[in-house]
Amino acid sequence: MKKYTFTEKKDTRSGFGVAMAELGASNPKVVALCADLIGSLKLGDFQKQFPDRFFQIGIAEANMMGIAAGLTIGGYIPFTGTFANFSTGRVYDQIRQSIAYSGKNVKICASHAGLTLGEDGATHQILEDIGMMKMLPHMTVINPCDFNQTRAATLAIADYHGPVYLRFGRPVVPIFTERDQEFIVGKAWMVNEGTDVSIFATGHLVWEAILAGEILAEQGIDAEIINIHTIKPLDDEAVLRSVAKTRCLVSAEEHQIAGGLGDSIANLLARKTPAPQEYIGVNDSFGESGTPEQLMDKYKLNAAAIVEAAKRAIARK
Amino acid sequence: MAPTTEKLQAVVYQVRRDIVRMVHGCQSGHPGGSLGCTELLVALYHEVMTHNPAFEADGIGEDLFFLSNGHISPVWYSVLAHAGYFPKAELGTFRKLNSRVQGHPATHEGLPGIRVASGSLGQGISVAIGAAQAKKLNHDDKLVYVLTGDGELQEGQNWEAIMYAAHNKVNNLVLIVDYNGQQIDGPVDKINTLGNLRAKMEAFGWNVLEQAKGNDLEAIIGSLTEAKALLAETKPVVILLKTEMGNGVDFMMNSHKWHGIAPNDEQLAAALAQNPETLGDY
Repeated sequence: MKKYTFTEKKDTRSGFGVAMAELGASNPKVVALCADLIGSLKLGDFQKQFPDRFFQIGIAEANMMGIAAGLTIGGYIPFTGTFANFSTGRVYDQIRQSIAYSGKNVKICASHAGLTLGEDGATHQILEDIGMMKMLPHMTVINPCDFNQTRAATLAIADYHGPVYLRFGRPVVPIFTERDQEFIVGKAWMVNEGTDVSIFATGHLVWEAILAGEILAEQGIDAEIINIHTIKPLDDEAVLRSVAKTRCLVSAEEHQIAGGLGDSIANLLARKTPAPQEYIGVNDSFGESGTPEQLMDKYKLNAAAIVEAAKRAIARK
Repeated sequence: MAPTTEKLQAVVYQVRRDIVRMVHGCQSGHPGGSLGCTELLVALYHEVMTHNPAFEADGIGEDLFFLSNGHISPVWYSVLAHAGYFPKAELGTFRKLNSRVQGHPATHEGLPGIRVASGSLGQGISVAIGAAQAKKLNHDDKLVYVLTGDGELQEGQNWEAIMYAAHNKVNNLVLIVDYNGQQIDGPVDKINTLGNLRAKMEAFGWNVLEQAKGNDLEAIIGSLTEAKALLAETKPVVILLKTEMGNGVDFMMNSHKWHGIAPNDEQLAAALAQNPETLGDY
């Protein structure tokens, strides 16, 4: 098992904030919109440095999506910022009609996704956003795994034409990817090559998959771990190549099992090379209040759960 | 009638013919609201707006028009075709398979003149605000016009947008409300009244113009001219345009009945008899 270490933990949303300030300086077409959550989205630096290109919308997310669509008419590249819940479910029809169907170059940037929002509870812990967004024609869906990858993804989507949903989160998590990594939309990242089972993880679950890989290695199981930062378009080739070798898999995500990354992979495999698959995800339930660690433990979204799932998948080969 | 108005009236007659023929041709669509806004759209595209029928999506250096109540697409399509955006023969493909002339306006098929999809109501003012703010960033002094239905103002997003536009002094935006008092299920006042719309808009920080003659070309042009002048006051401007649904076809007037149904052969003939062919049918 390839060794991954970290010296620092940071929140992925801060990677977004840092990248936005960089984009403000490097790309005069980039504008930012926020619905009364500047601090939470880490947009303070952008706002201070580029006040003319910052739009405070207030608590009116539907209006924000429409204004973002309008700003593209005139050549701007709007990045909207609010919580994942208010970035998707609350404004689904606005995104559908004014952005996706209209082919607008809007970047929907969503923080506080999933259970790791923590104490606020289920009203804010959206676990359906990836599913909603990936069903929209023309929508790209990205869920990076740490601070550096979120920064890299944010920079990359400014140069990627078309609507994008960029999902990140609130808790501090280990920084284990390179600061100046190349981020290619739609290209999976090989974390560890292995032969016994494929673990396809996204977002916060990538680090958990690495921890699981270490535990599995101690038990003599050689896990292949792949970071699927782009859920749509899915890197079909990377998935098929890995499963051709390992012949079983685990998908891991901080999202409902229904409609998430696991379903995208299952859909691909069902059509090409069916294989035993175990899902790590939330199983048809809302979240609740608690610390991020408690919640990830209770809902079985951690390394221990991935280890067990990997063994089940291998047993079904 | 002044010479300009006479020229515009000829376009109005032809657009009315196109509307009823389009809706008849596919036996679906929305003739009532389309006819009610015919004079407005003809005035905008053939007199008031600076615009480029060669069509560039970004519309820099042009006045822009957005149709929030996308179901009255027939009037927009006809006006765009007669303004030179696309061949008028395409009007015959309205609502048919493999057409750019979709039931509701869309960009997906690349129809020139359309900059955003509309149809799901309440979204147009927000989009128009974004386009207006982009114009300000681009130091483009042209204006943005957006039309909404009156029943459509029951959608909450409009009020988010209306509040925002005043707060942010979006004074390159003219909102026109198609104030015909009708919606699908009946009169707006019976369904969910807008109450004193003028007072509401003023309370939200807008300058308000009312035009009782919303189907009179000269009156419409007068209001649009007045709106432009008022924008200097740093507030956005709304025109409450009292239109008559179904205007120009007698049996479609004074009722919400023709909101979304198509005429039969006999009704089509009657409608066409009331509106001379001036610019050639498609």
